[in-house]
Amino acid sequence: MSKTAQEVLKRKTGRVEMRNIVKCFPGVRANSQVCFDVDPGEVHALLGENGAGKSTLMRQLYGMYRPDEGEIIIDGVPTSFRSPADAISAGIGMIHQHFMLVPTLTVAQNVALGQASSRGPLLDLKVVTARIIELAEEYGLKVDPEAFVWQLSVGEQQRIEILKALYRGAGLIILDEPTAVLTPQEVEDLFKTFRRMVAEGHSLIFISHKLNEVLAISDRITVLRDGKVIGTRAAKDVSRSELVGMMVGREIKALDPRPREAGVELLRVEDLHAMGDRGMEALCGVSFAVRSGEILGLAGVSGNGQRELDECLAGMRKSSGGKVLYKGRDISHCTLNERVDAGMAYIPEERMRDGAIREFSVQENVFLHDHESPEFRHGIFLDFAKMRSHAEALVHDFAVKTPSLDTPIKNLSGGNIQKLIMARELSRKPGFLVAAQPTRGVDIGASEYIHQRLLEQREAGTGILLVSEDLDEIMGLSDRIAIMYEGRIMGILDRGQASVEQIGFMMAGVEMGEALSAR
Amino acid sequence: MPPETASPLDRKLERGGFDWSKVVLNGLLPLAGVVVALLVGAVFLLLLKVNPLTAYGALVNGAIGTKYGFMMTLVKATPLLLVGAGICIAFRANVINIGGEGQIIAGAIAGAWIPLAFSSLPGWALVPFSCLGGFAAGALWGFIPGILKARLRVNEILSTIMMNAIAVQLLNIVLQGVLMDPEGVARGTFLAQTAQLPPQSWLIRLSPPTLLHTGALIALAMAVLVYIFLWRTTIGYNIRAVGLNPDASRYSGIRVPFYEALSLTLAGGLAGLAGVIEVIGVQHRLMPGLTSGYGFTGIVAALLGGLHPLGLIPASVLFGGLLVGADRMQRAVQVPSALVTAILGLIVLFVSGAAIWSRRWAAKRRISAARGGQS
Repeated sequence: MSKTAQEVLKRKTGRVEMRNIVKCFPGVRANSQVCFDVDPGEVHALLGENGAGKSTLMRQLYGMYRPDEGEIIIDGVPTSFRSPADAISAGIGMIHQHFMLVPTLTVAQNVALGQASSRGPLLDLKVVTARIIELAEEYGLKVDPEAFVWQLSVGEQQRIEILKALYRGAGLIILDEPTAVLTPQEVEDLFKTFRRMVAEGHSLIFISHKLNEVLAISDRITVLRDGKVIGTRAAKDVSRSELVGMMVGREIKALDPRPREAGVELLRVEDLHAMGDRGMEALCGVSFAVRSGEILGLAGVSGNGQRELDECLAGMRKSSGGKVLYKGRDISHCTLNERVDAGMAYIPEERMRDGAIREFSVQENVFLHDHESPEFRHGIFLDFAKMRSHAEALVHDFAVKTPSLDTPIKNLSGGNIQKLIMARELSRKPGFLVAAQPTRGVDIGASEYIHQRLLEQREAGTGILLVSEDLDEIMGLSDRIAIMYEGRIMGILDRGQASVEQIGFMMAGVEMGEALSAR
Repeated sequence: MPPETASPLDRKLERGGFDWSKVVLNGLLPLAGVVVALLVGAVFLLLLKVNPLTAYGALVNGAIGTKYGFMMTLVKATPLLLVGAGICIAFRANVINIGGEGQIIAGAIAGAWIPLAFSSLPGWALVPFSCLGGFAAGALWGFIPGILKARLRVNEILSTIMMNAIAVQLLNIVLQGVLMDPEGVARGTFLAQTAQLPPQSWLIRLSPPTLLHTGALIALAMAVLVYIFLWRTTIGYNIRAVGLNPDASRYSGIRVPFYEALSLTLAGGLAGLAGVIEVIGVQHRLMPGLTSGYGFTGIVAALLGGLHPLGLIPASVLFGGLLVGADRMQRAVQVPSALVTAILGLIVLFVSGAAIWSRRWAAKRRISAARGGQS
């Protein structure tokens, strides 16, 4: 390792300050007079609901956007970044929610990507590898520089991203929702790394909307709401409820569904097998049943077969074995339309990909399923008057906030889009509902509303399969909880039978008996 | 409807009311693009030692300077409008139809064969019969790549181009075989063309002695119909949904491959109709080269018209005028025809560039409006 590179790495980014930042996008003011600063050796959390302007603010610090107004000051010097390259050379690194890694390259190749080689035009992978091992030891990051990225788990890939930033000599690292894809155990490991980095003098900006994590790791917490800074607090002086109040501007009611007798069995899945997109078996014999008036929560880290299961239930993916029975009838080979006619409804996981058409108006999206129902057409012509009054009623009932029914749905917030999709699906009065990640990326207010609606449906006797990564959501809403890991159901527990930690263990593949006996 | 969060700004942005600046933008920018393209073209003309003013004077004069010229412009706009309307349907379903040429030829063959074979029928029967036959033949030419895409996911760009080549050769075969003018055979000239069609099958000339015929009105009606079809019917809704988001469409139970095939079939049908109308409205017989590149120019016109059948109407007239005027320019100042093609290309480039620029500009205006509205 050459001495200069060592010095670059050890150079700490000093005090970073963002002053009166304003950033506008068409129709929204994403940041409005935002002031934010980070001291050396500090973890400063940026807390806020989705759409509060956290990512926008950080993208300006990382040179991806330029502020419309305001200035960025590093060590007292006003600075203007034209691109992330400028930010990187100023010692700022950013770990995005979606990793920027090339799956077909090795860890070392990924780290070396875009970096000048010490051997001029020739690759210096040996030097890079040595440096990676050195850094990994220093920060307690377990990595194999020779491994291919596609072989790595999500948690491991995240470590590579952190390593990449460290390798480039970042003194300040921005982490955009780094825990969203991790199991509780992986989160713990990540936090250990953070503490190590801070001890080495790095500063971190931790973007999140998860209160517990923010309180556990941060020195200071800044809350953003609607693009404005609501306040900055020292983590040790602030309570959970105060933070929630700052985030949403009001108190949140805790969910407490009344226990009720579940009704008759509605949906039965028997030994279901299906292939994933990569040609590997994604569902390896899944069995469970959902009764009417019951919410079955399906917990698990994304990518363990939930998506494939949702698609099999919707008739969008062919199963390779096993059966799906609805009200005792085998629907394994029915099309989506036949299932919908039988009384099933779907809130798809990827709401902008599968649930809505971005460019279509609010009204047009309401009729994605139903525009061909005789009620809303004369022959081949759409009955706009009836469509409009129906759409108006749904928008009103579900409190969807939209400038008008003719607004393209892409201009709505995630929460309002989800409410609209939910309104559409529930307007058919389904007997059974698959709700896949219904509140992912949705603000707290809308989440709360969606939860309420799901509980109302349960009261009305609908059977609901709630697929979610958010354990709080699963634990708060479900009558029973099924845990999925690598295409299998690890176990089905009654409400209150297990703690978050125990479910976390099962999500990480620990067998039920062992997980339940763990303390 | 609760417009709780709809600020006055939102309402202004979404509803807009009647925004004159928008009209000016959409109307004048393409014209500005044409002007800039002509300025660049002027450099070429100067290199050829031709006075650009004379050349362009001839172009404009040819296109709109005389009644005859303007009528010719409309005659040329007619097939562009029909082909472009079909392109609107296909592109809205996100199906790229490059097969306009072949579909025009297929329609033209049917549209010439029907009047020749059923020459005893009266005009009121023969004209609709020919039009339907041509539409059907063009639709078949679109249906084949459509069904290949739907069933086997064959790339429609490649298959429609190949269907063009097949159509051209088919035209050659019939013109030198079954449909060859018997008089030509008898006289031994063997011209590759059909006999003149029976006069009752000709479309009525609207303004003799110019060539303008009722086909222009048919094309106009079709453009309006396509607009209604795409935005007012369930089928049009499905086609647009499939084009914008096939995944969400699948999740809504819309049969995506069916609508892809249907849109290509309809696009073929409209191009086929353009072929018939060219035959029974202008040429009155079938001969090689009847497409004049309408199948490709129609795509550009449709894009310039924002893939909207009503926006397509002025775009078709613009391109019709350019085709007519360029012809006149070529004769007036004796420049190679390649140069005329180059100038047409420049116009396409600058006009589409202006369209992109105006969209960016509109986005910027929205941003500054947002700033002004909320701060």
